[in-house]
Amino acid sequence: MLNPQLVMYDEEQKQIEKIASKLHRDSRSKTILLVDKNGQLIASAGEVSHLDTTSLSSLVAGNVAATGGIAKLIEEDEFTGQYHEGKGISIHLTLVGRRAILVVLFDKNTTHGLVRLRVRKASAELAKIFEELALKAASTPMPSVFDEITDEDIDNLFND
Amino acid sequence: MSFINYSSREINCKLVYYGPGLCGKTTNLQYIYNKTRPEAKGKMISLATETERTLFFDFLPLSLGEIRGFKTRFHLYTVPGQVFYDASRKLILKGVDGVCFVADSQEERMEANIESLDNLRINLNEQGYDLDKIPYVIQWNKRDLPNAVPVNILSRECNPTGVPEFEAVAVSGQGVFDTLKALAKQVLAELRKGT
Repeated sequence: MLNPQLVMYDEEQKQIEKIASKLHRDSRSKTILLVDKNGQLIASAGEVSHLDTTSLSSLVAGNVAATGGIAKLIEEDEFTGQYHEGKGISIHLTLVGRRAILVVLFDKNTTHGLVRLRVRKASAELAKIFEELALKAASTPMPSVFDEITDEDIDNLFND
Repeated sequence: MSFINYSSREINCKLVYYGPGLCGKTTNLQYIYNKTRPEAKGKMISLATETERTLFFDFLPLSLGEIRGFKTRFHLYTVPGQVFYDASRKLILKGVDGVCFVADSQEERMEANIESLDNLRINLNEQGYDLDKIPYVIQWNKRDLPNAVPVNILSRECNPTGVPEFEAVAVSGQGVFDTLKALAKQVLAELRKGT
């Protein structure tokens, strides 16, 4: 399958969150989101309570997918970075290991240059973790919790 | 494909509503949105033209509750149905876990249904998926219209593999949740198989 299932474990989740927090601090940005290319939020750092992170993740993924489509049409491999400049808040998007999207929301507290600089290091670290995750997921069998799902369990989800 | 997070104990799946232009994909999502408890849904996003035709996609996140200690979250997407938006449709199929094909039951839309189904199969293939191997249901929408083709004929033309099919009137909600449930069940059953 071109786009295998993404599986996240405790250990890697913590490593990812640590990198996101460090990036948030070092880049002096407002918010960091790490989003799966399919639009699911993986991790966040900084100010998120006032944000609709689910919608943001889906739109960011749609945006990156559309840009990827544009790249293909002009025979470019991929646009690895995107920048949306706003009056108050700007957004910097970076592809991480072709699997995830690192989203940085920042304001006048920092500069685009500093954000880019810090993102470069963080995305390299994150890419490594995603590589390891893919290997781990491929070699670790799914835990028995999913074998035990009964038809009744599934039916119960809709009983309201 | 689904995203399983053992750390936060969440299962995230992506369901896509596919079908020809004006068949009722967005109407399905709007009905689900209106009838779902506020705590179980997120904001519905529609990237549409000024005339409310879907331009890129509609998006509706749903939380259906827990299954064996894992929160189940479904992300529902529609595609733009009009033929010329094919590039956008391809993008939305990326990472899909299950497909609902919404067919327009009206006689004059039969050709559009068949064309859209062919397009679905081709676009899935391009992403490395086989429609016969992924969770898939069909909805015969607009059953209330006088020019609706009998279901046995729709079935013969558009459902040769005999996947679960549901009659619906999406504007009034008839059949909408039955369709969603059947698809969600297939997706979770697939997870059990450990694919």
